[in-house]
Amino acid sequence: MVDLKVNIGSLQLKNPVMTASGTFGYGTEYSDFIDISRIGGIIVKGTTVRDRQGNPYPRLAETPSGMLNAVGLQNKGVDYFVNNIYPTIKDIDTNIIVNVSGSEVADYVATAEKLNELERIPAIELNISCPNVKEGGMAFGTSCVSAAKVVSEVRKAYKKTLIVKLSPNVTNISEIALAVEAAGADSVSLINTLLGMAINAKTRRPVLSTVTGGLSGPAVKPVALRMVWQVAKAVKIPVIGLGGIMTATDAIEFLLAGATAIQIGTANFIDPTVSIKVIDGIETYLKENKFNSVSDIIGALEV
Amino acid sequence: MAKFILDLIVKAKVRLSSTYVLIVLTSLEKLPKILPGQFVEVRVDDSPTTFLRRPISVHHVDYQKNELWLLVQVVGDGSKRLSDLNPNERLNVILPLGNGFTLPKNKNDRAMLIGGGCGVAPLLYMGAYLRQNGYNQFDFLLGARKKDDLLQLEEYRKYADVYVTTEDGSYGERGFVTQHPILKEKKIDLIYTCGPTPMMKAVANFAKEVGCECEVSLENTMACGIGACLCCVTDTTDGHVCVCTEGPVFNITKLKW
Repeated sequence: MVDLKVNIGSLQLKNPVMTASGTFGYGTEYSDFIDISRIGGIIVKGTTVRDRQGNPYPRLAETPSGMLNAVGLQNKGVDYFVNNIYPTIKDIDTNIIVNVSGSEVADYVATAEKLNELERIPAIELNISCPNVKEGGMAFGTSCVSAAKVVSEVRKAYKKTLIVKLSPNVTNISEIALAVEAAGADSVSLINTLLGMAINAKTRRPVLSTVTGGLSGPAVKPVALRMVWQVAKAVKIPVIGLGGIMTATDAIEFLLAGATAIQIGTANFIDPTVSIKVIDGIETYLKENKFNSVSDIIGALEV
Repeated sequence: MAKFILDLIVKAKVRLSSTYVLIVLTSLEKLPKILPGQFVEVRVDDSPTTFLRRPISVHHVDYQKNELWLLVQVVGDGSKRLSDLNPNERLNVILPLGNGFTLPKNKNDRAMLIGGGCGVAPLLYMGAYLRQNGYNQFDFLLGARKKDDLLQLEEYRKYADVYVTTEDGSYGERGFVTQHPILKEKKIDLIYTCGPTPMMKAVANFAKEVGCECEVSLENTMACGIGACLCCVTDTTDGHVCVCTEGPVFNITKLKW
């Protein structure tokens, strides 16, 4: 038996495979297809202090080996989550992590305070990197000062594992990672989507209602891998890698680059069973290469 | 309804016109229960530019033959690849997805099934399903640009009378479906419609004018098809909702049309 367990701060995952926020609903959307409790962690949809309708349709553009989205954090707000959704997912036998977003620092803090009270939510992922909202979101994650500010304020209010999701739309992602580490983050996850755009030449109009949107899928994987590698060298806290992971091999590449765990996002849309395949594939790889533990390959890249 | 991911087998492929292909799928096991108006998400392999699955409405289900019919309009690389499938090839499909049409409240309610372009697809199965459930008081009204785009009229005629409009007048009445005289001649209690959005909006306006019930089937672009990505939303009286899970069939009273 190989050991697939990894730790993110005080959070223990049964394996390093998580599902990315906004791609896996609240988990139950996928329970017809797989045993979702096998997944190391399920990061549920971005949650804000008040309900948000998100951006107008169209919100999706298919691109070569990827997609652009402009959902804009549609959700029913943290109170609805606490009262209506949490009771239906709290008994899923894995880590349920809530992605938290906001327009102001106070919004993040208020949401985190409410989630801190939920016994079966062992961690939150602070989204300071959403490219699809006018205020807040990515604006926090693109400067060291504002990123550190929101993280340190949330840190005061939130006592459990605090993961901070970083934007790739910056000049030097390692600097941002160091700033949030110093502000009290237990872990960083990267990358959120890359800001992109699609045009319909026939109509001479943008495809997305918001003109620009966030690019995800295999198209972004080399960028994500490079950033994970850079950040993992820079910080001491565990790094969670994501961006275009479609297969176990992709996931192993992120682990080798220094990620302690990985998230699967867009791939869930094409194959709802992909997370289980990646877990099994990592285990097979470890056995075939005679490793006892997944921790043997984390950051094991030989340069 | 439980959803399944199945590798279905292409049983037959029929080129219906220059742009439409009928793909008949089967399975080694019995097909799960599928309702008219529901859709499937097909994975398109070996296409250079196709990344996401394609939502396709269920054209027909024949449980005796264990067949699922899909009507594909060839518009891009994904549909081109689907149209190139050959018998015995496999197609990975997630199904059944979304909510179907609502059956009429009374067996005597008169229904009109109005379709345009590729949107005629779900109405064939709806017609068959109505018949199977003892509803006989309905007709089809199908619209197309030209005669060549009218598909499988003989299949529709198995279940009810078929009225036709073409924009160029090459078959049936000239004009749009909403201009067909049958709409004035017959009493209509409810309408089921699917087709291009301007057509469905015109049909919805007609339904409001005459005061009949109307269900429309929307075809928004989708990624996941199961309510996770929140990309396919439409604006309703309850705000933005996913077409894939709350629809694709909506009563027009719910939409902000």
